[in-house]
Amino acid sequence: MNKKQAFLNGLRDGIPIGLGYYAVAFSLGIIARKAGLNAIEGFFNSLLARASAGEYAGLTMILTHATIVETFLVSFITNARYMLMTTALSQRFSTDTSVFKRIAVAFCMTDEIFGATIARPGYVIPQYTYGLTAIAAPLWGLGTASGIIAGGIMPARAVSALSVALYGMFIAIIIPPARRERPVLICVIVSFLLSYLCSDSCALPIPYVQEISTGTRTIILTVLISAVAALVAPVKEEDPEDA
Amino acid sequence: MHKYIYMLIVIVTIALIRVLPVTLIRKKIDNRFIRSFLYYVPYVTLAVMTFPAIMEATESPVAGAVALVCGIVAAWLGLGLFPVSIICCLVVFVLEFIL
Repeated sequence: MNKKQAFLNGLRDGIPIGLGYYAVAFSLGIIARKAGLNAIEGFFNSLLARASAGEYAGLTMILTHATIVETFLVSFITNARYMLMTTALSQRFSTDTSVFKRIAVAFCMTDEIFGATIARPGYVIPQYTYGLTAIAAPLWGLGTASGIIAGGIMPARAVSALSVALYGMFIAIIIPPARRERPVLICVIVSFLLSYLCSDSCALPIPYVQEISTGTRTIILTVLISAVAALVAPVKEEDPEDA
Repeated sequence: MHKYIYMLIVIVTIALIRVLPVTLIRKKIDNRFIRSFLYYVPYVTLAVMTFPAIMEATESPVAGAVALVCGIVAAWLGLGLFPVSIICCLVVFVLEFIL
């Protein structure tokens, strides 16, 4: 397939992804507004970051006046999955793909764009991924900007309803693997439980835990639960795909 | 700290996370513990951030809790990101109207 055709295919496949992004980014915009971002700042922040959980975590850091170290660690933890994705991606480039193109494609990765890129058989065609991003990323930014603008004029009830869209997306990411794999299911249940026990909503607060910031609690719980899961249920050795 | 500093840290960290593996890691990660740990991290962190935060995001905590349950059921039945998000929003909208 030639490069132009690949780019056009990317644009086409990017439309449904972008529309979904627009809707979900809207709820991110509501939070961005609370964090004090205006529409233009929100647009560029989303355009450059393109990460739902990661941006949400970053905005929470602004709201809670987190430290630089906390912000870095939370960004790292909430986006660590991209490291897994681009590690997998690195195995799918043809040997003549330049370093510049590898970097550009890796920079485009989101859950959905990774999914669409990797779903195509054979080597990764960079232009296809560029096409996906060219349509989906601006819509992600526009959705955020719209949320910032409309969040202020919408009735509180509508804002309340839209603010769960992001959590809906998180749920849709974690549940399918939890259904397929017992260890992931147990991880999710344990995460919900411990997260609740450590939260401010908990009826029986654990001493000292409430003094730790939300971001740090997220890091500690993630590292703890994932490490225990990795020890108790290590993943199977991968398919013999490396030559 | 100014909001731009936070935004910059987040944007640069995410960019490095995305780009470093394709430039640095040319080989596969062999350590089974690290691979397993990295495998579980995304799911655990999203789960930790979802609950109980979803109950604190809505005007009525009950509506948030019901949205969580409905979202889980919808995702369990195989619906994608967009439909699951919409279902969660509708549940909160309707419940907060009734409650």
